Amino acid sequence: MSKIVDGLLYTNTHEWVKVEEGFAFIGITDYAQDSLGEIVFIELPEEDDDLVAREELGAIESVKAASDILSPVSGTIIEVNSALEDAPELINTDAFANWIVKVELSDKSELETLLSPDQYKEICE
Amino acid sequence: MFKYLPHTEADIKEMLEVIGVDNIDDLFAEIPSELMGLDLDLPNSHSELEIYKRFNELAAKNKELIPFVGAGAYDHYTPSVIRHLIERQEFLTAYTPYQPEISQGTLQYIFEYQSLICELTGLDVSNASMYDGSTSTAEAMFMATAVRKRDSILISRTVNPNIIKVVETYALYRNLKVEYIEANKGITDIEDFKAKNSKDYAGIIVQNPNYYGIIEDYSGYREILDETKGLFIMNHDPATLGILKSPAEYGVDIAVGDGQSLGIPLQFGGPYIGYLATTTKLMRKMPGRICGVTKDTEGKRAFVLTLQAREQHIRREKANSNICSNQSLIALLVTIYLAIMGKKGLVEVQTNSYNATHYLFDEVTKLPKFNKVFDHEFFKDVAISTELDPDFINEKLYEAGMLGPLNLGKYDDKMNNVLLFSATEKRTKDEIDQLVSILGAL
Repeated sequence: MSKIVDGLLYTNTHEWVKVEEGFAFIGITDYAQDSLGEIVFIELPEEDDDLVAREELGAIESVKAASDILSPVSGTIIEVNSALEDAPELINTDAFANWIVKVELSDKSELETLLSPDQYKEICE
Repeated sequence: MFKYLPHTEADIKEMLEVIGVDNIDDLFAEIPSELMGLDLDLPNSHSELEIYKRFNELAAKNKELIPFVGAGAYDHYTPSVIRHLIERQEFLTAYTPYQPEISQGTLQYIFEYQSLICELTGLDVSNASMYDGSTSTAEAMFMATAVRKRDSILISRTVNPNIIKVVETYALYRNLKVEYIEANKGITDIEDFKAKNSKDYAGIIVQNPNYYGIIEDYSGYREILDETKGLFIMNHDPATLGILKSPAEYGVDIAVGDGQSLGIPLQFGGPYIGYLATTTKLMRKMPGRICGVTKDTEGKRAFVLTLQAREQHIRREKANSNICSNQSLIALLVTIYLAIMGKKGLVEVQTNSYNATHYLFDEVTKLPKFNKVFDHEFFKDVAISTELDPDFINEKLYEAGMLGPLNLGKYDDKMNNVLLFSATEKRTKDEIDQLVSILGAL
């Protein structure tokens, strides 16, 4: 059973969002990293890039698959977790501790469309 | 000859029986009848002797000319050892290895080719080669537009119009927009670039030495692009990189070009080779593949396929490029050429080409009917204007066994009566003097 953290918001495509001081931190869930297996590369966006909810944020490549990371929210990227460039396997170590991008939200109401931990748990079952 | 005719009549009959077809023609039933049975008027089979005779007759129709034209394809010398090595059957007849690591020799020369291209351009990674300089330039456009997620690109008018045509064609079928930066007296107009550059464009494509042979100074371009996060693409004649400032020194993101000047004979226009090198940052968006060196389980040196964008195989719809081919044999040719020439030899060949073109320019512009066009330093192509009819000049040179300059008016109305001359290390002083005396008598 993969881990689900309370207090976060989720998508049905297995991304998580943590809202802190008006900024959103985005990552992929433990379920996602477990399904992908050993992660070998993350294609990261750049600072100042604009994100659109449900559109591609980056891509993640493991030894057995490659898939897009979809942005749960719209906004502008404030910071990229560049540690993942050289050590993408950090996501395997702890998917919730290693966010991918920090975003300034352009439409906070989008958060209401995201899933609660309980709702997300149902999807993973 | 028998081993090249694998099927006997009995084999064919048996195969047809297995698949339940009466005769071979039935296999083509899908093809519309009006396309079948066309009389192609092909000759009957000939003996070896007859074929030799026929082809010698055809070959005798070729006229050996002394070229004074370049514009992207140069008459450099190909050392004879190259031909002997690349015609070895292990290289000449081998097809792409589908289990690549079994072909250590192929991987080794691809690795060496890539290392040499990186050394010339100063960039981090090179792919295993592409078709030619034009297609590698277009592939660089695909890379830039995909990386930046922008659907427009800038290109300087000082890029060879043939390259521009290919870029335009590639752009058309990807719905990409190509916008031009005008030329000002033979060089890219940096003011026009500053005015047009915006976040709509994925970057700019420039050429060095440019179409007119001029060595452009691209200082300041990196800074202009940084304002809009645009990518810097430079098409560069690789042979001149032994002397000129490298793409990496200009802060280029993607260096491309045609490797013809690295010992590839003119051979009626191809096959040539396109190179494409980039930074580690953009490596994952690079079309083609990378060979690397490692150690096997016994600790011995081994060559492996290190990287190929996964999209090219398992997410094809997401790939920037689905090119899966390269010019392997020509990459080998280039590798051997650079290995024989070495740093010193490459510089010597290009210095001699530079000197020959400058001698040609000095002598031709002394003639009353020929004048200089641009005030910039040039390498091994140079534009010279004339009061005479360019076609008439080329006709007279042809009669004297020479391939005359390119008539730039054929590509650009504003360049009527401008000729693009070129000379390489192969052009002797006597040959150039002869050219000058013919031109002087017109």
